Amino acid sequence: MSVEHHIKLPEGSIEKTTTTLNLGPTHPATHGVFQNILELDGERIVSAEQTVGYIHRAFEKLAERRPLYQITTLTDRLNYCSSPINNMGWHLTCEKLLGVKTPKRVDYLRVIIMELSRISDHLICNSVVGVDSGAFTGFLYVMQYRELIYEIYEEVCGSRLTTNMGRIGGFERNFTNAAWEKIEKFMAEYPAVLKEFENLFTRNRIFMERTIGAGPINAERALNYGFTGPNLRAAGVDYDVRVHTPYSSYEDFEFEIPVGSTGDCYDRFLVRNGEMWQSLRIIEQAYRKIQDMKGAEADVYHADAPSYYLPPKKDVYTKMEALIWHFKIVMGETEIPPGEVYQSVEGGNGEVGYYLISDGGRTPYRLHFRRPCFIYYQAYSELTKGSMLSDAIITMSSLNLIAGEMDA
Amino acid sequence: MSLTNETIKDRLKAKFGDQVSNFEEPYGLLTFEAPKDLNLKVMQFLFDDEELRFQFLTDLTAVHYPGQPGRELAIVYHLHNLKDNIRLRFKVFTPIAQPDVFTATQLYASANWMERETYDFFGVNFVGHPNLKRILNVDEMTYFPMRKEYPLEDQTRIDKDDAMFGRGPGGQVGQGADEAKH
Repeated sequence: MSVEHHIKLPEGSIEKTTTTLNLGPTHPATHGVFQNILELDGERIVSAEQTVGYIHRAFEKLAERRPLYQITTLTDRLNYCSSPINNMGWHLTCEKLLGVKTPKRVDYLRVIIMELSRISDHLICNSVVGVDSGAFTGFLYVMQYRELIYEIYEEVCGSRLTTNMGRIGGFERNFTNAAWEKIEKFMAEYPAVLKEFENLFTRNRIFMERTIGAGPINAERALNYGFTGPNLRAAGVDYDVRVHTPYSSYEDFEFEIPVGSTGDCYDRFLVRNGEMWQSLRIIEQAYRKIQDMKGAEADVYHADAPSYYLPPKKDVYTKMEALIWHFKIVMGETEIPPGEVYQSVEGGNGEVGYYLISDGGRTPYRLHFRRPCFIYYQAYSELTKGSMLSDAIITMSSLNLIAGEMDA
Repeated sequence: MSLTNETIKDRLKAKFGDQVSNFEEPYGLLTFEAPKDLNLKVMQFLFDDEELRFQFLTDLTAVHYPGQPGRELAIVYHLHNLKDNIRLRFKVFTPIAQPDVFTATQLYASANWMERETYDFFGVNFVGHPNLKRILNVDEMTYFPMRKEYPLEDQTRIDKDDAMFGRGPGGQVGQGADEAKH
């Protein structure tokens, strides 16, 4: 007879009951403000219940009182790891509603910025997966390249994290030479860094054993749960908004959609890494296309849409027309057609959608953000059920949950 | 052959007759309306039909139209057929006095939180939802804040003596112009 049979545990003793653990709302491993109430049997998770909403800021309500151009600042604060994608998505939504056609150069400039932000988004996510599995080096190493991306943002629009970049119709100013130099520096130096980053992790035995099989989901469940973006592609579905519903001239670029098969943390990691390589490809193509432009086309950085695009400040002081447009745009006196628009872009985490209803007033009648994080986070309890607590932490970071996007 | 808006429209008409109505195509996206007690039947048909296969719920939300008696709340579904890559939008309208609509959670796991969010902000009661409670707002909240009867704070109000935030008794912020249309 084994020893265990002689031990009589009293009713209600700790070995007999499950333990409740509050992971969050301010736990360093959650990387954001949201709570998981875990029911643990030893170190295994019996059930998980998520609570979100700690940083809900009522963006949809606020948007109902703001003219279109003031909503850009709200979109920054959704997924703040890749704000420019959200900004561009919002401009595209407005342009669709207003019928503004952007020149090719604007599209390509936007593509460069969006792909840079995708890289910075994936970079953070993947290096944080490393941190959570005990490898800090990669995180520190790639930080300086995220810094370089932020410097590019700074050259383009003046700010770094919450960028408020671009305007309806294009950019507020042309890219400066310093911006181009930094983009060139990034294109020249980043591939080697990314390769080294991959070398640190991809075939690292500790990393593989920590991530393979952690938090898996199959394609069918992922679709049913509304997964999009890298998390869906890791499960083997090649859905990418850039390819399925091209916007901002993505159809002009040659790139592949990396897919995984098991949808676990390791596949999500590989898919994100693969996407960074593809993003680099796209940036290079866009850069070439812009360099090849000649004549007037080579300098244009906004659409000819005087009723929505703010005129240069210099003109406002010296030209009557510009002053009138400036006044009308700022005071919300320009015509906005009534209509219903759904526009989506491929954000860092998946399909970021904007559902805009305009009744012709100066502000939207209703604006709804489709936030990919919010939708796929509900699968978290299914993903972690039965796994170890440490796997749940890694699953959380590899899903790239951003509290700002979840709570809107 | 890939699916077109026309085909979808014909299939729906053949199945539901005059009950599906108001077909439109704003910016190329097929939009239609169904009676609220048919919302699940329509979704199930769109999901199961071998040709239609709208098996991805992109978005679910609501809109409040206080000026339409009996049809104050619109619940808007965005569906996506990933195989043929075509989207559609369909709406059901419900009176605000009795905002009961069937839940889509049995069909789409993703509808769970989206319906909770819609309930949280508009008070739409999704019948059959496994866990219909507030999600982003505090549980103690007694109203549904995205409804139009709750305006954002009036910036011209003068009862708040809050000089630190630019709201002195003189009310310096945004006088008048803001109220022009909304």
